[in-house]
Amino acid sequence: MFARNKVLQSAAIALALSAAFAMTPATAQESTDPIKLTLHDWTGQLITTEIMGEVLKKGGYNIEYVQADYLAQFAGLEAGDLHVAMEMWETTGRDAMDAATATGKVENIGPTGMKAKEEWWFPEYMKEKCPGLPNWEALKEASCAEAFSTAETAPKGRYLGGPVTWGGFDDERVQALDLPFEVIHAGTDAALFAELESAYQRQAPIMLWIYAPHWAPAKYKGEWVEFPAYTKECYEDPKWGSNAAAQYDCGKPFGEIWKVGWSGVKDKWPGAYAAIKAFTINNDEMGAMITKVDLDGKSVSDVVAEWMGANEARWSGWIKK
Amino acid sequence: MTAPANPSVEAAAGPIGLPRGLIPWIVAAGAFIVLWRFGGAYDWAFEYPGAAIIPAGRWIGDFMKWLVNEAHFGLFSFKDLTRFIAALIDLPYRCALSLLATGFLKGQGSGAVQILPPLSWVAVTATIGLIGFHAGGRKLATLVVLCFGFLAAFGQWQSAMATLASILVAVPIGVIGGLLLGIAAYRWHWFERALTPVLDLMQTIPVFAYLVPILFLFGFGPTAAVVATVIYAMPPMTRIATLALRAVPSDTLDLGRMIGCTRRQMTWRVLVPSAKDGLMVGVNQVIMLSLNMVIIASMIGAGGLGFDVLAALRRLDIGAGLEAGLAIVALAIALDRLSQAFAARAGTMTPPAVSTSLPARHPYIVAALAMIVLAGVAGLAMPALQTYPPALQLSTGSFWSNVVGWINVNYFDTLEAAKNAVLLNILVPLKRLLLGLPWAGVTALLAFAGYRLGGLRLATLTGALAFLIAATGQWEKAMITVYLCGISVVLACLIGVPIGIAAAQRDRLWNWVQVIIDTLQTLPSFVYLMPAVMLFRVGDFTAMIAVVAYAISPAIRYTVHGLRKVDPRLIEAGTAMGCTQWQLLTRIKIKLALPEIMLGLNQTIMFALSMLVITALVGTRDLGQEVYIALTKADTGRGLVAGLAVAFIAIIADRLISAGAARTKARLGLE
Repeated sequence: MFARNKVLQSAAIALALSAAFAMTPATAQESTDPIKLTLHDWTGQLITTEIMGEVLKKGGYNIEYVQADYLAQFAGLEAGDLHVAMEMWETTGRDAMDAATATGKVENIGPTGMKAKEEWWFPEYMKEKCPGLPNWEALKEASCAEAFSTAETAPKGRYLGGPVTWGGFDDERVQALDLPFEVIHAGTDAALFAELESAYQRQAPIMLWIYAPHWAPAKYKGEWVEFPAYTKECYEDPKWGSNAAAQYDCGKPFGEIWKVGWSGVKDKWPGAYAAIKAFTINNDEMGAMITKVDLDGKSVSDVVAEWMGANEARWSGWIKK
Repeated sequence: MTAPANPSVEAAAGPIGLPRGLIPWIVAAGAFIVLWRFGGAYDWAFEYPGAAIIPAGRWIGDFMKWLVNEAHFGLFSFKDLTRFIAALIDLPYRCALSLLATGFLKGQGSGAVQILPPLSWVAVTATIGLIGFHAGGRKLATLVVLCFGFLAAFGQWQSAMATLASILVAVPIGVIGGLLLGIAAYRWHWFERALTPVLDLMQTIPVFAYLVPILFLFGFGPTAAVVATVIYAMPPMTRIATLALRAVPSDTLDLGRMIGCTRRQMTWRVLVPSAKDGLMVGVNQVIMLSLNMVIIASMIGAGGLGFDVLAALRRLDIGAGLEAGLAIVALAIALDRLSQAFAARAGTMTPPAVSTSLPARHPYIVAALAMIVLAGVAGLAMPALQTYPPALQLSTGSFWSNVVGWINVNYFDTLEAAKNAVLLNILVPLKRLLLGLPWAGVTALLAFAGYRLGGLRLATLTGALAFLIAATGQWEKAMITVYLCGISVVLACLIGVPIGIAAAQRDRLWNWVQVIIDTLQTLPSFVYLMPAVMLFRVGDFTAMIAVVAYAISPAIRYTVHGLRKVDPRLIEAGTAMGCTQWQLLTRIKIKLALPEIMLGLNQTIMFALSMLVITALVGTRDLGQEVYIALTKADTGRGLVAGLAVAFIAIIADRLISAGAARTKARLGLE
C-alpha cells in the first residue's frame, strides 16, 4: 500500500516537473494572464480558434475563450479587452478591420492560409433546366433566366446575394455582363442558407451566393457558376474583359482569411505571438473538419483533438519558434 | 364617479354641417395634396438638396471619439469613470456566475482551478421550488420547478445559468433605477419633462447604434451587456412607475398626510405600496425586455442561451434553436410569475414572529440552505445530482426541421400565392406611395397635426424632428421604416385589440393568452425568423411577420389592462340602464379604457421600431439596415444618426398619440 502510494507520488512529481519544464520557455518572461481568443457563431471559426487555443495551451500559455460578435469584437480588440480573433474574412470584415488597424491598436497578424471561395452557386438539379451551366454564358439565355425567376422578378432570374455589408459587386456584375437577373440581398448569412434549404427541399430553382469553407457545399449537391476568372485589371480597368465599358465583368476573387489581434500581444506574449503568426491551415483540411462537425454531428473538441493528434509535428513547430 | 361626456364638443358643427374641428384638417390635407400632385417643379420639396445635408454623422462620430479617448474630469477620465462602474457591476455578476454556472475559481482562463463547484441543478431547482412555494403555494412551486426542469432535461442548464446570472444583475438595477427615476419624475414636473425624451431615446435607438462606444467605455464582456440591457429595459419601468404613482387615489395621500407621514415615509410607506399593481407591470416589462436582450448580450461576450440560439440557426438547426429559445421563455415565465407572486404577498403583512429558534423564524431560508448543502454533498458522491446526466437529456432532434420541411414541400405554393397577393396589392403600393411623398409637405403636415393636437410647442417639436430626419439625408430610409412599421402596427392592433377585448372578460383565456404573449415577447425572433425565411423568402413580408409577432403583445396587454380597470360601478349602472353586452362594450368599457389602449398603441409602435435591427437581417432597406451597415463599417456617427432618426419617428408618433389621448380623456371627462 505504502509502496504503491510512493510510486504514484513520484510519478506525479515527475509529471509535474516535466510539465513545468515544458512550460518554462513561455512562462519565463511572458505574462501568465489569459490570452483571450474570440469565438463567433460559425463552426469553421470555432475549429480554427480551438486549434490555436489548444496549441497555445501546449506551449504553456493561459487561454480563455470569449464569445463575441464578429464585428463588435473590434471594440474589445482595440481596448485590449480581447486579444486574438482567428478569422477575419477579406470580404466581410475588411472595412471594420481597416478602421481598427488604422488606430494602431489592432494589428493584422497575417493570413490563416485559408482562402474564401465566393461565387454564384446553383444546385445540381438546375442543370436540367439550364443545360449550359456552369458556364456563365448560359445565364444570358432568356429561358435560363426564366427558370430562375420568381413572381416578383419574372421574366428576370432571381439571384440571392449576400448581405449588403458583404459587398461583392453583384449589382455591377449583372450590369457589366448584361445578365437578365435581379439581385436580391439577403440580410444575413443564416437567411441565405434558410432559402437554400427551402429550395433544395422542394427541388426548386435557386441561384445564390455561397462561400467556402462552409458546410453547405458539402451538404448540397451543386456547382459554382464559372465566370471569366478574376484578375486585378478586371475590377480596375473597364477595358478588360467582354464588356469594354465596364468593370466587374468577371468572377469574384478568392479572399484571404486573416488573423487579427490586439497590438499588445507581441510584447505581452512574444512566444504566443510567434505561434499565432505561424498558424496555417488549408481549405481542404478545414472543409473536412467542418463536415465532421456540422453533418456528422461530432463535437468541435473531438474534431480538434483528432487534428492535434494527426498533426503533432506541424503544430509543435509553431510553438518552438 | 366621472362627469358624463361633454356633449357640446361633439355637437359643435361648422356652417356646412361638418364638425368644426375637421375643417382645418381638410384645408391642410388639400394643400398637401396640391403640393404632392402638382408641385413637381419644386424638386427640393421632394428630394432634400444634397448640398444642404447636415454632416451630423461626422460630428457625432467625432464627439464619441472625444468622449471615449479624451473626455476628462481633472482627476480621472470619463473612461475611468465608466470602467469603475463596470467593475462595480462586475462584482455581483461574477458572484452570481460562479454560484450558478462556473463554480468558484482560483486564477484565470485555462489556468484556473475550481475551488468550489457551482450549485448543482438539483439544488437550484429545489431552491427555486421553495421560493415558489413560499411566494405562491404549491401551484407556483410546480410551475417554476417544471420550468427549471425543462432547462435541465433539454440540456440547456449551463447556458441558462450563465444567462440567469446576467439577468439577476440587470433586473434589480433596472427595477430600482427605473423606480427611483419614476419617483423623481412624479415629484418634480421639470424632471419629468427633461427625462421623457431621454427615455424615448433609450428605448428606441437600436442597441447596435451605440454598441461600439459602450464596448469601449465598459470593456468587452458581460458587464457591457448588462449596461446595454439596463439601458433598453429600464424606460418602461420609469414610465409605468410615474403613471402608477400618479394613479394613487388622493384619499390615500390625504390619509398619509393626516397621520403625519414624513416625506420619506410618504414615498416608501404610502405611495409605492399603493401603486404596487402598476409597478408590477413595470417589473414584468423589465424582466421581459432584459430577456429580450439576451441575443445581443451574447454577441458581446455574455454567452449563454443567446449564443446557442445564434449558433444553432447558423447551422439551420431549427430544433436546437427553438429549444434554446424556449429555455429563455421558461426562464422568463419562472422569473415573472415569482415576482408577481411576491408582489401579491407583500400586501398581506404577517406580524413579526416572536419565536426564538432560527428555523422557526426563517423556515424557508433554513430549508433552502440545508437543501443546497445536502445536494452539494450528495453531488460529490453521485455526479448525476451535480450535473444533469447527458444520457437522460431530451431533444426534439430533427423533428422541427422536419415539420418546417414538410410544410415547405407541401404548402409552399399556397403560401407563396398568399404572400404575393399581400405583397403586390398592399405592401408594394404603400411603399411607392410613401416614397413619393414630398418631405417638405409631410413635415408641414406633421407640424400642423402637432399644432391642432397640442399647440405651438408640439408643432415646433414634430416639425423640427421631421425636418432633421430629412436634413441628415435619411428621408428615404425613414419612409421605408414608416411603411414597414406602420403596416405592422396596424396589423398588430387589428389582431391584438380584439384578442385583448375577448381575454379581458375571461380569466382562463387571459391566462393562456398571457403565456402566449410572454412567449412571443421573449422567444428570440431569430427562432421564427429563419423558418419564416424558408417559407416566405427574404424580404419585407418576412420582416413584417417578425415585427407583428413581437409588437402584438403590448397591444393585447394594455387593452386587457385598460378594460379590467374600468370601474365596475359604471358597468353596473350601464347594465341597470338596460345596455346590451355590445353596448356595454362599445359605449362604456372601450371608451373608458381608451387612454390605456392608446398607451398600448404607443408601446406597440415602440416595440415595432425596436425590431428594426432584426428585420435588417432579412434584407430590408430601412434605417435598421443603415444602423447595421454602420456597425460593420465601424462608423459610430453614421449608426447613431440613423438610430436617432428611428428615435425621432418614435417621438413624433408618441407625442401626437399622447396629445390625441389627452384630448380624448378631456372630452370623456376622465381628468
